[in-house]
Amino acid sequence: MYIVYLIVYGLILTAVLGLVASWIDRKITARIQYRKGPPFFQPWIDIVKLLGKETIIPSGASKAVFIITPLLGFGSVVMVSTLLWANNNLLFNSFLGDIIVVIYLLAIPSIAIMIGGFASGNPLGRIGASREMKLLLGYELPFILAILVPIIKSGFALKLADILSFQAQNGAFALQASGILALVAAVLCIQAKLGLVPFDIAEAETEIIAGPMVEYSGAPLAVFRLTKNMLLFTLPFFLIILFLGGFNFDGIHILYSVLKYIAILLIITVIRNTNPRLRIDQAMRFFWGPVTGIAVVAVVLAVIGW
Amino acid sequence: MSLKLRALLKSPWVFHLSTGSCNNCDIEVLDCLTPRYDIERFGMLLAPSIKHADVLLITGSCNRKSVIRLKRLYEQAPQPCLVVAIGECSMSRGMFIHSYNCPVPLDKIIPVNAYIPGCPPKPEAIIMGAVKLIQKVKGTL
Repeated sequence: MYIVYLIVYGLILTAVLGLVASWIDRKITARIQYRKGPPFFQPWIDIVKLLGKETIIPSGASKAVFIITPLLGFGSVVMVSTLLWANNNLLFNSFLGDIIVVIYLLAIPSIAIMIGGFASGNPLGRIGASREMKLLLGYELPFILAILVPIIKSGFALKLADILSFQAQNGAFALQASGILALVAAVLCIQAKLGLVPFDIAEAETEIIAGPMVEYSGAPLAVFRLTKNMLLFTLPFFLIILFLGGFNFDGIHILYSVLKYIAILLIITVIRNTNPRLRIDQAMRFFWGPVTGIAVVAVVLAVIGW
Repeated sequence: MSLKLRALLKSPWVFHLSTGSCNNCDIEVLDCLTPRYDIERFGMLLAPSIKHADVLLITGSCNRKSVIRLKRLYEQAPQPCLVVAIGECSMSRGMFIHSYNCPVPLDKIIPVNAYIPGCPPKPEAIIMGAVKLIQKVKGTL
């Protein structure tokens, strides 16, 4: 039964929603720049095309690692989204501490990109991978601090289902002072986790070509792209569960759930279209300075009960 | 036509290479990506690395130094990969036809799928060339 949930919810549903989300992202970007933008099925076509292309393994690369790393990241995203859907729709009884597992699994796509970049044997790939590593060190601290807020507010529940049921009774955490501060910090962190523009330092196309992706072609690149598109759905979904009371699929609530997701996606896209790329030291200073500050204030407010 | 080729024609990512052009054709290629012409409508994106590219746009007169790089890039491009020659220089070497440095035109070095004439070609001409390339691969031209 768990296998069915893994394939139906974790893989197919999340992949479809992630591809739709990436189309929305590209379309909004195009409209902000007064362009027409790509057609609806463009992300699907891109993935199919990349699956059909030749896969080139560079002679300086360590072959097995180079091929396995995209699947590592992909597998972890599938597992995260299965856990999130399971808690949101009460598919099966989740275990204590699944929020910690989700936090760990969400770091694995970045680590996969890093290992892939180092394994490709390309100097640009290595530079990109080391930047990704620094960025990971930067945003993990405020991200975990921001996640502490809903845990504290729901009486130290380490289970996503408990956090959701607490919010169903007492209202979403984003309506309270500490919740909204933590949500702001978390949105900035998922911007970096997704590798979107102010923080696309690892993949900076205009300076280090495509960073860790530079040697990837064909099917592994398709898997990386699909992973990224699925993260574009999974990370906002995680924040919606933690701060905005999750998705609700009966009656008029469907509209409200979709609006919650579109709102977060819109914020991410607008940030990505109105900011230039930061340097890695600026990004580190930003995350360890103001964002960690906001997250600490949010935690303190949560402890004193605001 | 196979699904592979059909998907390729719906999302051709382009990589542009200057083999010693005066940069005018490159600017016209980049114009195609600006909001006014917006070739992302057709699914085209500017690929950062040759490993991601499906279409190789070549401008310039193929001088002796860059021919080595051109061949290396063509071999690195994952198949299926299409080649488009943009501008007068890459088609017939233009004003460099008598130069000691440009021994042969582009299509004597690597196979070329489409030619876009002009010095430089207008963005409309480049988009027209892309449409004709797609029609040629589909077999409807």
